[in-house]
Amino acid sequence: MIDAENLTRKFSEFTAVDDLTLHVNEGEVFGFLGPNGAGKTTTMRMLSCLISKTSGEARIAGYDVSDEADSLKIRKIIGLLPENVGLYDDLTAYKNLDFYGKLYECTETQRKENIKHFLKMLGIWDKKDVMVGTFSKGMKQKLAIARALIHDPQILFLDEPTANLDPESSKTVRDFILQLKNEKKATIFLNTHNLDEAQRICDKIGIFNTKLRATGTPEELEESVWGNKTVVQLEQVNDRIMEALNKLSLKNMVIDNNKLTIDVTDPEKENPIIVDAIVSVGGQVQYVTRLSPTLEDAYLKFVRGD
Amino acid sequence: MKLWKSWVIATKDFSIFRKKKRILYTLIFLPFLLSIGLPIVILPVAGTAKTAEITSLLNAFSYFYIILAYILPTTLASYSILGEKIEQSLEPLLATPTTDSELLFGKVITSFLPCISVLYTSSIIFMVLSDAITYNAFGYLFFPNWSMAIILLLAVPLSSILSIQLNVIISSRVSDVRTANQLGTLLFIPFIGLYLLLETNVISLNVINLLAIFAILFIADAILFYLNKVIFSRDKILTKWK
Repeated sequence: MIDAENLTRKFSEFTAVDDLTLHVNEGEVFGFLGPNGAGKTTTMRMLSCLISKTSGEARIAGYDVSDEADSLKIRKIIGLLPENVGLYDDLTAYKNLDFYGKLYECTETQRKENIKHFLKMLGIWDKKDVMVGTFSKGMKQKLAIARALIHDPQILFLDEPTANLDPESSKTVRDFILQLKNEKKATIFLNTHNLDEAQRICDKIGIFNTKLRATGTPEELEESVWGNKTVVQLEQVNDRIMEALNKLSLKNMVIDNNKLTIDVTDPEKENPIIVDAIVSVGGQVQYVTRLSPTLEDAYLKFVRGD
Repeated sequence: MKLWKSWVIATKDFSIFRKKKRILYTLIFLPFLLSIGLPIVILPVAGTAKTAEITSLLNAFSYFYIILAYILPTTLASYSILGEKIEQSLEPLLATPTTDSELLFGKVITSFLPCISVLYTSSIIFMVLSDAITYNAFGYLFFPNWSMAIILLLAVPLSSILSIQLNVIISSRVSDVRTANQLGTLLFIPFIGLYLLLETNVISLNVINLLAIFAILFIADAILFYLNKVIFSRDKILTKWK
């Protein structure tokens, strides 16, 4: 649905997006994760035909983003929630949506139905005749999401949809995105630097900082940080236990405060062997657990090289 | 090009302007004040001055409509584009399946239609009042005449479009309405210079000279149209506009 190959955008000498290659399948929620200034918005703008590329290629639903005629077709099938909502404060919520509905060439019936449907879904239908200038940040964000959906787009580009929102509004927006994913099977390209949000919503994540550093499911990215680690908490570490463990040729064993952290390839096979070795020399195991890397670990590793 | 899309953009702007009383007052006040005030200036001399002097005055006053056609769209044009910039609504607007030309044309209609409507209405008031005041002196109705027809039908629309186009360029370089207004208004100095030449009878406002003004405005509009086509592209709006 979204394909980019060696996509690059330069501003004079500065390279904002460097050699980006990615593929997002239909119905997939793709999280584009990166720090501020990483080039996420520039990428989204290139993919939604707002700015041109310097080199490389990108196609949305098979249409070429750099082709003038295709760009109009792309803009018809995508919905965009920009970083700044950009609503008209002097128009009512209804008129804001109706205006965009007309520009997206929706019929009057479609406009009426969708405005009602989305404003009700987002819990702001009762504010439809209120000037947007009086809206809170959260309400404006919800309205901007409704605007992005007014023409039933196949692909949604959401740029930091929960940035600067209070926890309750963030949850409403997140739940709504999940609802879209499950009910409408929409393809969603989500720019975010919120790791928790990415983990909860996205099927696939790309960690990006000018270049695409890594891509995969949240689980794949987590595992790519260090694979499997087993933690064994002992009552007391002694020489006999160490001798027994050394015979197993364990990888990267670290001892800290009677706690052993060991790299394992196959925990289901290796953990019982480790425990047996400790118990056989009289050691007392208090607990055994798996040390899981988080998405944050993966993010920091790929973005900063930690 | 889908003209109805430009119209949708323009009607949205009209709805916003209706709520901005300051813009409405700016649009209406000056043309109507001049349309009533200028004939009143002639009133004391209408019975005593030579007809040539009254003709010269009326022609010079008629020229005011070219100046007004330049001044009036300044506020609307700068607000309609800078308003979008300030509200950060250009990005979602550019993301719709609307071409740059449809958007630009919509912005031109937004400024052009209200101004031209006010100017034509106020010019009718000016002509009727002037005729009423000068009928005894001339023995015939001075307005309408060919000079005024050229002014209203050719020079006024072109002067308005010139102003709108200059304001699009200015709006791409500044980020507040007041600065855009001031810069836009500064650029009408050549019109004032021409007015002074008329008042001092260095040149007269005959049909030939009016056609020359029309030609200059036409060429300036064509050059600015080309410049605006370059400036008003979505890529430049999002990456180069300040």
